[in-house]
Amino acid sequence: MPASRTLYDKIIDRHRILSFGEAEGAGERMLLYIDRTVLNEYTSPQAFSGLRDAGRRVWRPEAALGVVDHVNSTDPARGAGSSDGGAQRQIDYFVQNGRDFGIEIYDVLHPRQGIEHVVLPDLGWVLPGLVIAAGDSHTTTYGAFGTVGFGIGTSDIEHLLATQTLIYHRLKNMRVTIDGRLPTGVTAKDAVMAVIRLIGAGGAAGYALEFAGEAIRTLGVEARMTMCNMAVECGARVALMAPDDKVLDYISGRPRTPPAAMLERGREQWAELVTDAAAHFDAEVVLRAEDVPPMVSWGTSPDQALAISDRVPHPDDMPIDRQADVARAIAYMGLEPHMLLQGISIDRAFIGSCTNARITDLRDAARILDGRKVAPGVRAMISPGSSTVRREAEAEGLDRIFIDAGFEWRQSGCSLCLAMNDDMLAPGERCASSTNRNFEGRQGIGGRTHLMSPAMVAAAAVTGKLVDVRRFPSPETM
Amino acid sequence: MERFTQLTGRIAAMPAANIDTDVIMPKAFLKGIDRAGLALGLFHDLRFDAEGRQRPEFLLHRADMADTRFLLVGPNFGCGSSREHAVWGMLQYGIRAIIGTGFAGIFADNAANNGLLLIILDPIEIASLGACLSNDTGLISIDLEKRIIIAGDVSIDFGIDPDVRRALLLGLDRIGDTLTHSARIHSFQQAYLAEHPWLVEESAR
Ligand code: SF4
Repeated sequence: MPASRTLYDKIIDRHRILSFGEAEGAGERMLLYIDRTVLNEYTSPQAFSGLRDAGRRVWRPEAALGVVDHVNSTDPARGAGSSDGGAQRQIDYFVQNGRDFGIEIYDVLHPRQGIEHVVLPDLGWVLPGLVIAAGDSHTTTYGAFGTVGFGIGTSDIEHLLATQTLIYHRLKNMRVTIDGRLPTGVTAKDAVMAVIRLIGAGGAAGYALEFAGEAIRTLGVEARMTMCNMAVECGARVALMAPDDKVLDYISGRPRTPPAAMLERGREQWAELVTDAAAHFDAEVVLRAEDVPPMVSWGTSPDQALAISDRVPHPDDMPIDRQADVARAIAYMGLEPHMLLQGISIDRAFIGSCTNARITDLRDAARILDGRKVAPGVRAMISPGSSTVRREAEAEGLDRIFIDAGFEWRQSGCSLCLAMNDDMLAPGERCASSTNRNFEGRQGIGGRTHLMSPAMVAAAAVTGKLVDVRRFPSPETM
Repeated sequence: MERFTQLTGRIAAMPAANIDTDVIMPKAFLKGIDRAGLALGLFHDLRFDAEGRQRPEFLLHRADMADTRFLLVGPNFGCGSSREHAVWGMLQYGIRAIIGTGFAGIFADNAANNGLLLIILDPIEIASLGACLSNDTGLISIDLEKRIIIAGDVSIDFGIDPDVRRALLLGLDRIGDTLTHSARIHSFQQAYLAEHPWLVEESAR
C-alpha cells in the first residue's frame, strides 16, 4: 500500500476482501465489499428472477432499500396503481420481491417515496466512507458525502444481492480542482456543466473523479450532490469530495442517521477521508470558479453546452471528426449554426430529477418565480425530488409561489427526466430542463432538451425564452 | 451468458461519438420484468418511424447488412443510463462483438457479464478496419483465443482483460464463483461491521 493515497484508494482499500492481482491494462481486480444498495423497479426485476431461478437468497437484506421512482405517475392526485400495464407489472413484482427476499420497499404512496438518489440522502442513509453500488448510473451522487457510489447493470445487481460483493476493477484517479468562488447567479450545475464541456462526454471514462478546491468547500452539500451526480456525464464512474463538517451537519437528525454516540465514533474515522498531500493523480484539471458562466446545452450530448451568452456552433468551426455529429445535433435540436442561445423560444419548462430537485434547488427557482408568471404558451412543471422534499417545500410555502406563477406542482419521481411515465415532450417540443441528459428522444421522441440550472429554468419559463439568469434580478433586488 | 470463441460475420460502421444507451434501447422497451423482446428495441427510434414503419435508409436495414454480427463504433459508445437492456438487445438482435476506441464503464461491465465481446483498438487500427469495409465484402473474423481480427489482408492483434476473456471463452457463473469465497466474505463482514457499528441496521442491532 503506498504511503500517500487518494481518498478513492483509501475507501477502496478498506472494502477489498481479496485481490485477484493486476489485470493487463485494467488495474487491480478484486472482490469488493459493498455497504449498501438502492433498488428501483425497472433495473432490478431480472436480478430477482435470477435469484429465484438459482434458488439463492439475499446476503444482507437490511443493506438494501427499494424505491419506486422511474415509472410511477407524478399526477398530484395519483393513486397506488398505474394505468400503464407494464409499469404496474414492474411495481407489483418489485413489491413482491421485497416481501419474498426481506427487503424494504417504498411503493408509490409511501410517505418517503421519491427519486432514489434524493431519498437516500433524505434518510441519512448515505454516510462518509461507504461503498454504495446501485442499478442506476447516477449513483455517483453520493460522492458528495465522501462515499464511493457507482452504477451497475442488472447482472451485477444480482451478484451484489447474492454475495454483498462485486468483482471490481480499481479505477484511475483524476482530480478536478475549482479555485476561487462561483460568481453570483452561477450554480453548482453550471460548474459541473463547464467541467463536462471542458473534458468531454468520455473525458473521465476509466477514472474516479475527485472534486477539490475552494469552490467545492464553499458549496452546500446539496449543491455538491448536483456536481457528483452529473460527473457521470463526463464518463466518471465514481465522483468524490472530501467530507467536512457541512456533511456531518447534513446527516445529523435524519430518520436513519445513526445514534449520536455512534456518529461520534464515525467522526474519528471520517477524519482520515482526505487525499494525502503527496498522493498521485493520473490526470489533473484546474478551473477558476470566476470564469464559470451560467451554462446551457445546445446539442444532444451533455458536453454540447456553452455559456448562455454564446452562439450555437457551426459544424465548419469544429474539428473534422466532430463535424457530422455537430451537424446532426443542430438539426435534431431545430437550431441554426451561429444562432444566439439567448432568445431561443421554449414550449416547456421542467424542474425535477436527481440532479436538481432538492429543497435548495426549489428555493433557487422560487426566488426567481416569486411574484412572476410563466409566459403564455409555456407549460411548466415541477416535480420535487422526493415526497419528503415536497412536504418541506409546502411547509415553507414554496408550493404557493410555484402554483401562483403557473407551474404544475407534481408528485415526485423521475418524471420528465426520462419520460418513462406520462410526463413527456411531444415531437419537436423544446424544454428548458433542470435534468442531466439531453440525449435524442430522452424526454420523448423528437423532444428537444436544453439542460440548465433550476434558476435558469425558472427564468426561461417566465420569459418564454432561454435567458441569462443574471439579468433577472429577484423582486427584492430590483 | 453467451460464449465467444471464433466468429466470422459482417461488420457495420456507426462512427458517431457518444451513442448512448437511450438511443441503443429506448425507454418503451424498459417496461418488462424479463429479458424478452429486446431485438425489436435495438436502435428502435432510428430503425422505425413514428408509425412503426421501417426506415430503409438505416444502416442495419440495408440489404447487404441483413446479417450484421459486429459493429465498428465511435468514441464513448454506450454512455448514459446503466440499463443492461441495451446489451441484451444487442445479443438478441445478433450482434456478438463491438469494436471501438473506448466504451462507457457500465456498458462494458454489462457486456462482459452477458458475453458481448468489446474490443478496444487505437484510432489508426480503427481507420484501417474502416478502410477494408469500404472496399471489401464487409466480412471479418474475430478469434478470441488468438486475440486477432482478420479483415481481408489485414490482421490486427487486440488486448483484452484476461478475466473477461476467460469468462467469454468458458461462459462462467460469476455468482457461483464468488460464493466459493463465502467464508472470506463472512469473516470480512463480521470484522468490518464491528469496526463500523453504525452500519448495523436497527432491526439487526
Ligand atoms: S431522475 Fe433521471 S437521472 Fe435521476 S435516477 Fe431518475 S431517470 Fe435517472
